[in-house]
Amino acid sequence: MRIVCPFCGERELGEFTYLGDAKPQRPAADASEDAVYDYVYLRDNIAGVMSEHWYHGGGCRSWLKITRNTLTHEISTVEPAAGAGAAKVGA
Amino acid sequence: MAGVQANRLANGGLIDRLVSLNFRFDGKSFSGFQGDTLASALVANGVKLVGRSFKYHRPRGILTAGSEEPNALVELRSGARCEPNTKATTAELYEGLEAASQNRWPSLRHDLMAVNQLFAPIFVAGFYYKTFMWPAKFWEAIYEPAIRRAAGLGRAAGIADPDHYDKAWAHCDVLIAGSGPAGLAAALAAGRSGARVILCEEDFALGGRLLSDGGTIDGMPAAEWISRTLTELVALPDVRIMTRTTLFGVYDGGTYGALERVNDHLPSPPEHQVRQRLWRIVAKRCVVAAGAIERPIVFAGNDTPGVMMASAMRTYVARYAATPARRIALFTNNEDGWRTVETALGAGLQVAAVVDARPDVSPAHRSLASKGGFPVLNGSVSAVDGGKDGVSKISVSLTGGARAEVEADGLAVSGGWNPAVGLTSYHRGRPKWQDNIAAFVPDGAPPGMVAVGAANGAFTLGACLSQGFAAGAQAARDAGRSGKAGSVPVAADEAFSLTPLWHVAGKGKAFVDQQHDVTASDIELAQREGFESVEHLKRYTTLGMATDQGKTSNVAGLAIMAAVTGKSIPETGTTIYRPPYVPVAIGAFAGHHRDENFHATRLTPSHHWAAEQGAIFVDTGLWKRAQWYPRAGEKDWLESVTREVKAVRSGVGFCDVSTLGKIDVHGPDAGAFLDRVYINTFSNLAVGKARYGLMLREDGMVYDDGTTSRLAEEQYFLTTTTAKAGPVMQHLEFCRQVLFPELDVQLTSVSDQWAQFSIAGPKTRDLLREIVDPAEDLSNEGFPFMGAREVALRGGIKARLFRISFSGEMAFEISVPARHGDALVRNLMQAGAPFGVTPYGTEALSVMRIEKGHVAGPELSGTTTAADLGLGKMMSTKKDFVGRVMAGREALVAADRQVVVGIKPTDKASRLRSGAHVIPKSEIPGPGNDQGYVTSVCFSPTLDQWIGLGLVERGRERIGEIVHAHDPLRGEDYDVELCNPVFYDPDGGRQRG
Ligand SMILES: [Zn+2]
Repeated sequence: MRIVCPFCGERELGEFTYLGDAKPQRPAADASEDAVYDYVYLRDNIAGVMSEHWYHGGGCRSWLKITRNTLTHEISTVEPAAGAGAAKVGA
Repeated sequence: MAGVQANRLANGGLIDRLVSLNFRFDGKSFSGFQGDTLASALVANGVKLVGRSFKYHRPRGILTAGSEEPNALVELRSGARCEPNTKATTAELYEGLEAASQNRWPSLRHDLMAVNQLFAPIFVAGFYYKTFMWPAKFWEAIYEPAIRRAAGLGRAAGIADPDHYDKAWAHCDVLIAGSGPAGLAAALAAGRSGARVILCEEDFALGGRLLSDGGTIDGMPAAEWISRTLTELVALPDVRIMTRTTLFGVYDGGTYGALERVNDHLPSPPEHQVRQRLWRIVAKRCVVAAGAIERPIVFAGNDTPGVMMASAMRTYVARYAATPARRIALFTNNEDGWRTVETALGAGLQVAAVVDARPDVSPAHRSLASKGGFPVLNGSVSAVDGGKDGVSKISVSLTGGARAEVEADGLAVSGGWNPAVGLTSYHRGRPKWQDNIAAFVPDGAPPGMVAVGAANGAFTLGACLSQGFAAGAQAARDAGRSGKAGSVPVAADEAFSLTPLWHVAGKGKAFVDQQHDVTASDIELAQREGFESVEHLKRYTTLGMATDQGKTSNVAGLAIMAAVTGKSIPETGTTIYRPPYVPVAIGAFAGHHRDENFHATRLTPSHHWAAEQGAIFVDTGLWKRAQWYPRAGEKDWLESVTREVKAVRSGVGFCDVSTLGKIDVHGPDAGAFLDRVYINTFSNLAVGKARYGLMLREDGMVYDDGTTSRLAEEQYFLTTTTAKAGPVMQHLEFCRQVLFPELDVQLTSVSDQWAQFSIAGPKTRDLLREIVDPAEDLSNEGFPFMGAREVALRGGIKARLFRISFSGEMAFEISVPARHGDALVRNLMQAGAPFGVTPYGTEALSVMRIEKGHVAGPELSGTTTAADLGLGKMMSTKKDFVGRVMAGREALVAADRQVVVGIKPTDKASRLRSGAHVIPKSEIPGPGNDQGYVTSVCFSPTLDQWIGLGLVERGRERIGEIVHAHDPLRGEDYDVELCNPVFYDPDGGRQRG
């Protein structure tokens, strides 16, 4: 399997680390314990198309948001995380 | 005997008769020629018996001429290079080859284990499950060893493999599996179109079935066409031909696995060369031209030596000029089998009879029979006479009920052909049934792959060429190549007709899977016992589970199951196909990653100097770290470590701590970022100061610790533990990029850029003044505890100096660019000589941190909270940080948690060991009263006794309590006292002095 990193191009799977479901959003500082619990522990495990976090640790060290079909391993989109690269968001 | 090849034809064959090769089989000497396989050389020498079968130890001969061979498995080579279960049919002959038959005792011809045949009833389908069920303890003690001895295949060498294996990547537009007519045509079309082509062929010669069956292509003999084609392919700039290379698997995203047997055809690899190379090939398109495998017909005695696949028999005759028999019979249900008769007659062999299951034999073949003077019998072979010396006679059940007998010393069998559907089915593809050839053909394929020719069910030469050429041209276009493919090679289409026949009923054992000794009646038994599903059938009978993966047996097995269940073959279905297509040695997957090269080794900047000092090294992750520095006369490690600790506590010592993870945190929001990832605050840290920090996982457990220094307004220098250097970097990047992208901060790993040493002990300043520029103020006022700043060294190099202490002594850590690390350590030794400077290793480091009650890896276990470690007060209540909310959960703040506490044996002479469990005094140990355990221990030279840290329930409230240490692993029980974890200088005066 190979992943097209937006910064490095098409690279081999071994350079990447898988984290998992990219959908949960870290709750705001004033969120309830329940909301944080859900964020920390509740993960989707979809048989099909899923948005996932991957880390290009063997390359540019960018976190990537990858849309992957867990049944076929087909990757449809690869996007850098909001803060990947040099510029901060909104700068 | 060597030199006499009684069954070698005088002429013909693709062998080099000028190069005679001597070899030994079961200790007997023989000779063959360059271009032979071990199997063809054995055939040429009249050797029919080559092995004993798995369960029944029946005599077996050579069945095929390729990698589908179930029987002719040998132990090739000897000593450390001995390879069990090597197929004689693919092992190339070389001078001095040594091979031994397997699975026989004491000899192949007189195998005492053949008595297993008398016990055949216990070896029926499911015998593992039935026979050895009770009593359970008999399994390990008696049954399994007995089965292994009696029924094992070859023996492994039992000695480390002396050869090297390699792994490599390759990339191409069009990958082609197989170099038969379809594969070569595909390569021509793709190569001419300008595509980057890789053609893999498992054989050492190119041509596939053309090498055995010949034919006419573009008006010339096949051999000439192959030769011209190769000349053209070699001249193309981007066509790479890899022989002795098997494409064994297809993986996600157009990545393919191939095994190149680089030097298997030599006694041992030439110096500096590898035996095998594992390729990962990334291809935009893949054309599978892997051919088809001829399938047997199952009848009684079909495993007798001398019974051979019809196509294999003509391969031995035509390609190797070796005759498996003098007087052959053919049993066929299709047109293609007759080619063997044509080849045999052409080579001057006698044909005893053709048994054809089809009612209609073509007029051409009838006239061939009358010219050749042999009968054509309409019917089936129902029995074979013969034994270890081979076939002597065959019995035929004629259509209509009469019987006939045919005297022959070889029987060629053709039940039709099965396309090699493995590669196309490895992504859970299920092949579909095609009636006209009575075989499974690919039904789609993984993305980018297409099957052509015989692998796609097209069995004629003309179809192979045209399909292969069209697919090659299309693949090149799909890969973006637009060159002209030129004209397609042309050949006629042979006649093809087949009447399916799988199993001939009769008396005696009729084998479906010859490698695993699975018979037709085993399949019938499995069905009677309810194992009808193909996946159950496979596991219950072990059909197709041997090293050949049932290449010659699976479809026949399905057909017999279909017949007894009254279903069709497609209704019965196939099992899941899984790679690898042929066995691949674990050594090839490991490549160079074995022994000391199993993983990379990281050396500290002072490593070479430490090695010169005779340091003992310890592996910590990838690092080699100096554990202690023994001196002459010291009797054990404890004596050395004790000396090192005393030297630091009374004078000065240093230790390489470069293995700590180091991260440069830079940007206007650097402080705000650190506030979010640490439980304590860093934005208010003054420039020129260091602070100890603790970070949590989002679930509230402690993740890592370390000191972070503020070098400038917008620049921090963060350190991690050695073990977590990589994971913390990944975690911080996640925080920065995903959680807090609005922060303007950048992270750079600088772990390898800095050599860092801890210098500790009351004479630290004396030593530092010798190496630091005299203009730098190192006094307690000029460089107070937890100060951090850049200083100049004597000679001008800039260093970073941190006044931090892990040992509890007056201490600094000094960082220099890594390339100066070796010079610095030598300088420290020289400049420190007057002060008795002592290098110390990780053991002394650990002793001093335990004496000071500092937590480390054993306490940062992933199950402890900041409060458990006694660091709860560091948790800021004024800001949000990773792990804050979850750390407040009820169970994480419960009063009865196990917390860090000091532990020392009540008997000062007693040793303390980590892992011992803490039990209330005078209670009988059990899971109900287990209150924690000892995490870290050391012998403290300062206290002159063993001390330790532990995680103990309510430990901090119980200081002074005597409890019991229970160590069932080592059988030790002793009383210990819970105490303040800071054993040494609890006020911290020494490190501030
Ligand atoms: Zn990248």
